[in-house]
Amino acid sequence: MIRIANGQGFWGDWLEAPVRLIEQGPIDYLCLDYLAEITMSILQKQKQADPSLGYARDFPPLIGRIAKRMLDGNVRVIANAGGVNPVACAEAVRKAAPGIKVAVVLGDDVFGRIDEFVAKGYKMADMDTGEPIAAIRGRIQSANAYIGAFPLAEALSTGANVVIAGRSTDTALALAPMVHHFGWSATDWDKLAAGTIAGHIIECGAQCTGGNCQVDWQNIPDMANIGYPIVEAEPDGTFVVTKHAGTGGRVHSDVVKEQLLYELGDPKNYITPDCVADFTTIHLDDIGPDHVRVSGIRGRERPATLKLSISYENGWKSTGTLVYSWPQALEKARAADKIVRGRLASLGLHFDEIYTEFCGVNACHGPVAQACPDPPEVQVRIGVRSADRKAVDRFTRELIPLVLNGPPGATGFGDGRPPVREIVAYWSALVPREEIRTSVEVLG
Amino acid sequence: MKVPLSKIAHTRSGDKGDTCNIGVIAYDARHYPVLVREVTPQRVKSFFGGLVQGKVERFELPNLGALNFLLHDSLGGGGTLSLRIDAQGKTFGAALLGIEIDIEERSQ
Repeated sequence: MIRIANGQGFWGDWLEAPVRLIEQGPIDYLCLDYLAEITMSILQKQKQADPSLGYARDFPPLIGRIAKRMLDGNVRVIANAGGVNPVACAEAVRKAAPGIKVAVVLGDDVFGRIDEFVAKGYKMADMDTGEPIAAIRGRIQSANAYIGAFPLAEALSTGANVVIAGRSTDTALALAPMVHHFGWSATDWDKLAAGTIAGHIIECGAQCTGGNCQVDWQNIPDMANIGYPIVEAEPDGTFVVTKHAGTGGRVHSDVVKEQLLYELGDPKNYITPDCVADFTTIHLDDIGPDHVRVSGIRGRERPATLKLSISYENGWKSTGTLVYSWPQALEKARAADKIVRGRLASLGLHFDEIYTEFCGVNACHGPVAQACPDPPEVQVRIGVRSADRKAVDRFTRELIPLVLNGPPGATGFGDGRPPVREIVAYWSALVPREEIRTSVEVLG
Repeated sequence: MKVPLSKIAHTRSGDKGDTCNIGVIAYDARHYPVLVREVTPQRVKSFFGGLVQGKVERFELPNLGALNFLLHDSLGGGGTLSLRIDAQGKTFGAALLGIEIDIEERSQ
């Protein structure tokens, strides 16, 4: 049995989680998932500004903080912290923790190969809309292939203490130690599917240990000290989901079911670079407090293609707010919205969209929200989107004047004008998997 | 007898681009057939009204006593494009808890 923990569900997750996982009980592998779909484009921009950046900057200091524990306890870390500059990330880790051996997985970055792919006749149509890649060709900011568990397992076989990848799938981080340790082959579809589903359960950190859980949420114990998840994996593909004893939160089949359904598409066809997993074969058993056994998982052959994660520039946006108080708070907020729209129109500015929500009334649930007559306060939230940055910038100056020249009782303007943000949109496409050749580089 | 969905099920929702997914899970596996009968794609689509511009797909997971819904074109463009406060559909699952369902068990 090996213990695989996940201490980071996204870049920005709880900084203490990975440290607590390594300090509060035994683990063999610590996975850290840093990349959301748009994170790569943010990192690409950072690399453009400074060629030594472009990776998750929280990662090297974390390794510096836990290096001694890692070496004492023989705990190995697997992270997709490399972003668009995994070698620079590895060098920063070596500086923060000189005694640590680092292996880097390369080959996912295809930013410089888009023309080559187009010349070869790959359509790379957007998987959601079917639009051809030509629609965004000149605006692409980053392009990476999702890579699976086998390149990460190869990196583990070098004996490195830390494995750094760029755009690996979230589930590969947990599957890789199973492939490495148990010697699973690339055609062990059922086992690979089991490890993939283990990865899906823990990839969002505390979302499988009681975080964001609807079931009996008021009574989930000690959320301030919530334990992050650990998978106790067996060579036959079965596993137990748990957390360290003495930590807060709850691991129960109800909680695990919520996470299994999270961001799920067709449950019979969960497609990864390693296999196609079937979520309708999962069997859960509560075998003890905070211990859920998972078994029965079946999988099928991996696809002949790999998915690309492509980011591109798509205009500008800004969102601003004001708060109106009782009485007639909603009527005042609606009047303010009308005034702003009128003033923007009279300036002759063009927007692709102007969208208004009333927080406290209908922002989350729109037409489904229950009616609330004369609420004590309402926040009006107006957002605009345009290819014209100047129009968006002008919008940001139209809210605060309402405090003096609009309906009575406006407040909540203390943070000043809202920022203008560049929209970096996401495009997914397929290429034949033979096009993506990965390699492993070892430092230290 | 009509009750809100929250009496027999819990939910979690999230996003994939401009599509919101909602997992609906029966507290007691005996109620799974009630979910299948009552929480149809058509009912979910009409419940959310103008919030869901596209079609609603449903997938069954009897092994978990759960249904998975995909609400297409429901997040204002999704991801970074959306101007909504809930661009990731995190609260859609909670909204669905209010849908009224008939929990009477009937012979098929």
